[in-house]
This record gives sequence, C-alpha cells and structure tokens, in this order.
Amino acid sequence: MLEFSLHNAWLIPLLPLLAFALIGLAMHRWPSVSAMISILSIGISMLLSALVAVLVFSLSPGEIYEASVRWLSMPGLQVNMGMLVDPLAAVMLVVVTGVAFLVQVYSLGYMKGDPGIASYFGYQSLFAASMLGLVLANNFGQIFVFWELVGVCSYFLIGFWFGKYSARDAAIKAFVTNRVGDFGFLLGILFLQIVFGTLNFQELSAAIPGYTNAAVLLPIAVLLFFGPVGKSAQFPLHVWLPDAMEGPTPVSALIHAATMVAAGVYLVARAFFIFNAIPQAMTLIAIVGGLTALFAASIAIAQNDIKRILAYSTLSQLGYMMMALGVGAMTAGVFHLMTHAFFKSLLFLGAGSVIIGMHEEQDIWKMGNIAPKMPVTTWTFIIGALALAGIPPLSGFWSKDEILLGAYASGHTGLYILGVLVAFLTAFYMFRLVFVAFFGKNTAGRDKAHESPAVMTIPLLVLAVAAVLAGLVNSPLMHHVFGHFINAPGAIQPHPNTAIIVFSTLAALSGILLAWLIYQREVIKAEVIKEKFSMAYKVLYNKYYIDEIYGWLGVRLVDGAARVLFWFDIHVINGFVNLTAWFTGKSGETLRYTEDGQVQTYAIYMFAGVVIVLITALCGVFTALA
Amino acid sequence: MEISLLGTEILLATLGFLALVTGLLPGRAKSITGSMSLAGLLLILVYTIAHFGEEASLFQGIYLVDNFAAYFKMLFLTATLLVSLGAGRYLERFENKKSEFYSLMVFATLGMVIMASAGDFITLYVGLELMTVSFYILTAFLLRDGLSTEAGLKYLVLGAASSAILLFGISLVMAYTGTTVIGATAARLMTEPAVVAGIVLLAAGFAFKISVIPFHMWTPDIYQGAPTPVTNYLSVASKAAAFAAMVRVFMVAVDAAPGLTLSWNLILAILAALTIIVGNLIALVQEDIKRLLAYSSIAQAGYILAGLAAANAYGLKGVLFYALLYVFCNTGAFIIATAVEVDSGSTAIEAFRGLSKRSPALAAIMTICLLSLAGIPPLAGFVGKFYLFAGAIQQGYLWLALIGLIMSMVSVYYYLNVSRVMYIEKAGKQEPVKGSGAFRLALWVCALAAIFLGCYPAPLSNLAQQAIQLFL
Repeated sequence: MLEFSLHNAWLIPLLPLLAFALIGLAMHRWPSVSAMISILSIGISMLLSALVAVLVFSLSPGEIYEASVRWLSMPGLQVNMGMLVDPLAAVMLVVVTGVAFLVQVYSLGYMKGDPGIASYFGYQSLFAASMLGLVLANNFGQIFVFWELVGVCSYFLIGFWFGKYSARDAAIKAFVTNRVGDFGFLLGILFLQIVFGTLNFQELSAAIPGYTNAAVLLPIAVLLFFGPVGKSAQFPLHVWLPDAMEGPTPVSALIHAATMVAAGVYLVARAFFIFNAIPQAMTLIAIVGGLTALFAASIAIAQNDIKRILAYSTLSQLGYMMMALGVGAMTAGVFHLMTHAFFKSLLFLGAGSVIIGMHEEQDIWKMGNIAPKMPVTTWTFIIGALALAGIPPLSGFWSKDEILLGAYASGHTGLYILGVLVAFLTAFYMFRLVFVAFFGKNTAGRDKAHESPAVMTIPLLVLAVAAVLAGLVNSPLMHHVFGHFINAPGAIQPHPNTAIIVFSTLAALSGILLAWLIYQREVIKAEVIKEKFSMAYKVLYNKYYIDEIYGWLGVRLVDGAARVLFWFDIHVINGFVNLTAWFTGKSGETLRYTEDGQVQTYAIYMFAGVVIVLITALCGVFTALA
Repeated sequence: MEISLLGTEILLATLGFLALVTGLLPGRAKSITGSMSLAGLLLILVYTIAHFGEEASLFQGIYLVDNFAAYFKMLFLTATLLVSLGAGRYLERFENKKSEFYSLMVFATLGMVIMASAGDFITLYVGLELMTVSFYILTAFLLRDGLSTEAGLKYLVLGAASSAILLFGISLVMAYTGTTVIGATAARLMTEPAVVAGIVLLAAGFAFKISVIPFHMWTPDIYQGAPTPVTNYLSVASKAAAFAAMVRVFMVAVDAAPGLTLSWNLILAILAALTIIVGNLIALVQEDIKRLLAYSSIAQAGYILAGLAAANAYGLKGVLFYALLYVFCNTGAFIIATAVEVDSGSTAIEAFRGLSKRSPALAAIMTICLLSLAGIPPLAGFVGKFYLFAGAIQQGYLWLALIGLIMSMVSVYYYLNVSRVMYIEKAGKQEPVKGSGAFRLALWVCALAAIFLGCYPAPLSNLAQQAIQLFL
C-alpha cells in the first residue's frame, strides 16, 4: 500500500483535477454533489499524501523517489515531465491536502446559500490540483506551469464575488502584480535552460557546484527570486495580498495564507542549491524577507479590518520564512511554513466564523465581547493567536525560535534583532485584535453574534490541535526529527540556545502584555497614543502610501506611455491590420466564385492543373538534362 | 503463408457481407445490423492492434504487411467506428437502407486497407476503386434529396476522370519499367519525359482524392450534398487512404530512384502552399458549416502534404501523426454538426446559435476540436503542425512553414467564428440538442484524444516513428 502510494503519487494532484473536470463539465447544476465530489477527491488525496509521507520518512536520509516521462523531444531539446518525492515535497503534500480538505469542509458552512457554490468548489479543486502539481514537479518548466495555474485560481477566487467592483479590482491587481514577478521568474528559467541545458532539479543541483561563473549565476538567481517575491508577496510586490482579502474567507485561509503564497518559500527551498551557491543572492533574500517582516508587522498594528490585520500578518510571516532561507536556515524556513499553514488558516477560518457570526462585519471596533456567544471560535482563535505570537509550547514558538536561532548562529545579528522586534510586534497586533474583537467593551458582539455550525467549528478544532502540536516534530522533545529529513546540503542547523528562547518568549509576552494594558485594561489610552504619534499612525494606517506611490507612478509612466502607443496603434498598426484583413477577406470573396457548381468547370480546372504541373515538371527535367 | 496476416482484410470482407445479409432479415431483426457492425469493427480494430509489428511481403511483393500499413489500418478502423457511432439520429433518414449503409462503410474501409497495404499499382488501383465506388453510392444515399443525388453524380463523373488520370500515369510508368510492383520500379525509373509525365499523372490522381488545389473543385459541392456522416468519413478516411498510398509510392519508388532527377519535393511543396493558401482564404467567407469544413479540410490536406514534400523523418512522422489527430478532431466537429443538423434541419452556421446555453458540453467539445484543427496548443493539432513544419524547415522549405503558420493564423478566424456564434449569439430554442449514448461516447473519445495527444504526444509519436521506419 505504501509503495503503491509512492509510485502513484501523481494521483494526488490528478484526483482534484478530475473533480474539477467533473464539476465543470457535468455536475455544476447540482451544487451539493459538486461539493461532495470536491471534498471526496481532496480527502482521498490527503490519505494518499499521508501514506506517501509515512513512506518517505521511513527512507534513509538523502533517498528520494523520482519518475519522469518524455514529453517532447527534438534535436537539441528534450522536455520531460515528472515528479519528485522527497521529504520536502512530502511535508508540503500533507500540509496542502490537510488544510485544503479542512477548508473545503468549512466552506460547506461558510458558502451556504451562495448561488455559485458549484463553481466555487470547482475552482477549489483546480487550485488543489495545481498546488499539488507544483509541489510534485521535478523541474522548473513544470513548476512554472503550475505556478501560473495557481495564480489563475487565485485570480478566479479573489474575484469570486465579481459583482463587487472591489473584488474585481483586487483580482486584477493580484494578477497584474504577479505578472511582474513571473516575468522575471520565466527569464530566470530560460537562462537556466540556456546555461545548463536542463531544468531538472536533480541534474541542476549536480551541475551548479561545478559552475563557477558567478557573474552569470547571480543574475539568474535574482531573476528566479522575482517569482517568489511576487507569489509570496514580498516587498515591493506585496501590494496585492491585502487586497486579495476581497475573496471568500476560506479562500484567504487556504490560498492567501497557508498554501499558494507559501509557494514562493517552497520554491526557494526547492532551489536552495542555486541560491546557496551565491552569497549575494542569499543576502538579498534575507534582507528582502526581513524588511517585509518588519514592514508588514508595523502596518498590521494600525489596521482595523480583521482580515487585513491577518493579511499583513501573513506578509510578515512570509518575510520571516524568506529571512530564514536567506540566512541559510532552510529547515527552519520550511518548518515555519508548515506551522504557519496550520495556525494562520486556523486564524482565517476563525475570522470567517466571526464574520458570519457578526453578519458580515469585518471592522474589529464594531465587534467586541463576542467571546461568550462564540466560545469555540474564540478559544480556537486564541490558540491560533498564541501560536502565531510564539508562546511555548505551541507550534509557532518552535518554528519562530528556529528562525531566530538560525539568524543569530549564522552571524546575522542585525536580522536577529529585527526578528525579535517582529516577534514583539506580532504578539502585540494579534492580541490587540483578540482583546478588541473578542473581549472589547462594545456590546454589538454580544447582541448580534451567534456561534457557527459544527461543519465550521470542527475544522477549527482540528486545526487548533494541529496548531498546538505541529511544532513538536522539530522540538528537542522529538529530537528534531523534522530537521533530519528536511535539509539541503549547505543549510545550517544550529544547536538550541537557551538565551534565544528566553528572549523571544519575553518579547512575545511583553507584546501581549502591552496589548492587554492598552486595549483591555485601558491603563494607557489608545486614543492618546494615536494623538501623540499621529504622523506615524497615519503612515502606518495608509500602509506607507505604497499603493499611492504605485498609483502615481502608474499614472505618470504607464498612462503616459500608453497614450503615445495608443496613438501609434490607432493610426499606424490598425491601418495596417485593417488593410491586411480587407485584402484577405476580398481574396476569399473573389476565389469563392471559381466554384460555380458546374462539373465541366471543375474538370477543366483539374485537367488544366495536370497540364500546368506537367509542363513545370518537364521544364525542370529538360533544364536538368541540358 | 500465414492466413492471419490477412486477418483484417478477411474479417472486413466477411463483416461487409454479413451486414448485407442481416439487412434481409424480416421485421425488427434487421436492426441488429448496426450493433453487429460496430462490434465487428471494434473486434477487427483490436485484432489489428494486436498484430501490429508483423512484417511480410505476400504474393511476390504485391501485398505488403508492415507497420506503415498497420498504422493506417488502425486509423481507418478508428475513423469508421467513430463516424458510425457519431452518426446517431441522422441514420433515421436512411429509412430501411441502414444495413446497406453499414455494409458500404465496411467495404469502403476494406478498400482503404487494401490501398495502405498495396505493394503494386494494380492492387492499389483496385483498393482505390473499391473505396471510391462505395463512396459514390454513399454520397447519393439520400435518394429523395436533390443535393445528395447531384453530389453523387458529380463525384462519379469527376472521380472517373481522376481515375483515368491515375491509370494513365500507372500505364506510363509500367510501360517504361516493365513492372507494376512499386518496390521494383525504383531501380528502373529514369529521367525520361514520359516517365516524368507518368509520375505527374499519378500525383494528380492522388491529389484529387486528397483535394489539393487545383484538383479540389469537387470537394465543397460533394461535402455539402453528401449525408453528413458520409462527408465526415470522406474527409477523414479517404484522404488518409490516399495519403497512405501516395507516401508509399513516392517514398518507395520515386524518392529512391537513382536514375530519376525530378524535384518532386518542390512540386509537392508548391502545391501544398497553394492548397493551404486558397483553402484557408475561401473558408473565411463560408456560411454553411459543411462547406466551411470542406474548405478547412482542403487546407488541412495542404498541411499534411507539406510533410510529404519534406520527405524526412519529421515530415513523414507528421503526416502519420496529423492524419490520425485529424480523424479525431474533424470527426468531433462533424458529429456535432450532424447533431445540430438533425436538431435544426439546417447546415448553416447560424444553426449553432446559443449552443453553449443549450448544450454546453457540445459547444465546449466543438471549440476544442476546432481549436485543435487551428493548431492552438496544448491541443493535438499544435503538435501535429509542429512536426510537419519542422520537417519542412529541415528540408529547406522555410517559406512553406511560414505560409503554413500565417495561414494557420488566418484559419483561427473562421474556426473561432463558429465558437462566437455558439457562445455569444442568442439561441432561438432552449432545450438541449438530443443525442444517444453512442453519440456521446464518440464525442468524448474525440475531445479527450484531441487533448491527450496534445499534452502527451510521445506514445503516438513513437508509434508513427516505427511506422515510417521502412522509408528512412
């Protein structure tokens, strides 16, 4: 059974794909059947993934399973497609299928009564298929295809309620912003193919160490990193992710928190051997990640929309993961990816439950005191918040600690301090959210709120258990088993350091304490702080005006250029195109009249054809003879 | 001699007679003809696949059993099966002549099989006539329909003329080489005006069957007049059969002849270019789906001919690959056209209005098939054109590949125009287009094949490679 699941791991993405096809082509008239097909397929994929993971972790370290088939071959180019199952892929399979399954079950409750349920589940299946395909890909070309596919699914699902202008705009924004990153990514892939003649990960990882021309490798690495910057919403391409919250909340949980946005981190981990070969690229990754972490965490402090706070938190945590990879702590980055997937999807689903319970209210200041009415949601949310804040022994604690440890041990003291600061900010903004929304003075919550149905709360409970326990796999308690399997050559794995554990825990606790003092006890008035730091608050509230800057640049540069090109297009290109079309159409019109329905005419054409060809051939022959 | 080497031919002949005989059964019993023919064809297809790889030269080289012939036999049987399955409710128009219909289809298939296996000109001609005569009858099968009978008569007159041309060519070649065995002519062909004339006439005879410009004039009228399933069969299978024979004659005899200096590649390349250009241009202005597909099929034949003109590994592989994918894509389009014709009584493209609302699956499959014909990736047509044009470029005919690419772009206009009508224009009727289970099965096979062969061409490409090995 185990062997079977490994050799047939391609079934894992295929099942959701079939579900998508089935829903899209046949079942879309029956929403509940569509939902069941989708959940069933991802459920089976989840079981298969679990079996694959069990088997992969029982292999000896370094052993992997790869299979590929020839897809296209011509002289000078052979394109294969295949799958690569190693511990990294196995972990991702389990995380993606597990979260996707829970989110789909939850969606049964969340999307109840929506007229588009069938297409919603269809897209969910397509997304799951693409994401799993991305995880299993064994070469860059294939990963790029799935990379674009998850992007398309994200586009569809952000704009799922396309009746709303804001949703449509957000979907377009996400797509366009990602194009910028993907363009660089594709260039990087093409350069890899040109320089090394292959896109296969195994072959590349064998070829890279022997390749010393850093002047070529560095641009390739930077171009490749464009992709993760877009997909994982790193500064400066982060602008799309907060707006992506226009999609249904389960979508935010699955795609824009747990899985798709982590694809960038996954890619960097997958291609770690390339980045690790070039110190400058690693430094770039670490700095971009660290900056994003700090930058987004600071914005989260001043936001009022529950989903936007979580969105900025996601940005910040993704930055954290990137930073971990950049300092060489590959295991820590992937570990945090896994724990984050659990607790962040828990938080999003909890937020969704609150939004439903509060009748579509998303402003935390209009909630308040909903804890008594929604006990399950509240307590699971708090578990998620504690895990995110990094309070021991919850999962976030172990993974965050690993990252800080990695930054410290590799000598990046500046990034380490930055990380501790982000940990403090994270604890602060999360508990600001918890205290205001769940325990606030506002009575609106108590009056309106109602607990969500079991189909929504059970996934919350399951994820809460995962958020508590998932960290143990790489804790000293279990002898870092996770780290022994997920490790790339050259990645660092430092020994635990008590001082670091104490510092980061203290930072988190003081963040919670500060939030409690300000927003619960109101020892320090929030309004007073706002007054005092009104400039800073305004900047943070407006997200450092990045959107405005992009907007201004867009208007000046893009619109200006567009105007010039528009003129050229209308007067020159169109004229030419219309002329061609006119000529083509006229030719067709003229030629059709050769067909007059008379057999005699047809025969004349035929015999004339014979004569002409014959004369031509004979002329050729006579010249050859002469 | 192993009798099993001729299994496909013997079984087909038996099935054809059986279909005739069961048609004589009284009352309802005669309705078994249809299912019996389909089951028989399926069995013969399985038999042919199982015997792929056998090599033999029978009757002193008159009849050849090889991978090339086997590939085309599979193609013909697949086409016959799909067309018969997809004909669906159209067959009701044939009233009490259904068994004759099946029987003639099977005999036409037998003729094609013989053409693909023929090792000498006379056998080839016999196979060709068996096929063509069956088609004369099938074309005029709707006796009460003026268009159908007119088409039958036109096809008979022009077909006879083209047969005369072909026979004249054969006789000239035979007169100068003293043999009709194709393989034996190669060594004896010389650069002699009469021999060149013979080869040109041979080429013209085949060109008529695959409707190459200017031998294409019959195509639109006959395609429009013939019963739609027959048109379908004519467009995919009879063309493939003519290509099979033409590839064998040109590769075995003409290309391999040491004493012949004739740039036949260039002549075919020019004809291919003309065919691609004119076929696509006239298709632009068609308003009838059958005429549209007729011109489209002329253009498609041009693409395939480009592969033969290239006459190298890529080009020939492309010919075989394309011929099969063309069976799937064109049949898919024709089956839907048949269903729409039965539903609306009209063959105008207008009749497709709002099909996406009425029968979304049909509209989607039609779009897939047409896009594949246009050569849009990731569908099969793209891969096929890739092989064909790659072959042409390798042979030095970059201009031919460019013409092919440009005209493929032009073709997207008329293919997508059908999609536009299906998806954008409003329907008069609301209820879905009816179709039987067999009809749906055939459609899904066509659509899935168009997608599968585009996404994963390697298996079929390997098979085609094996089939053309004997010419390289």
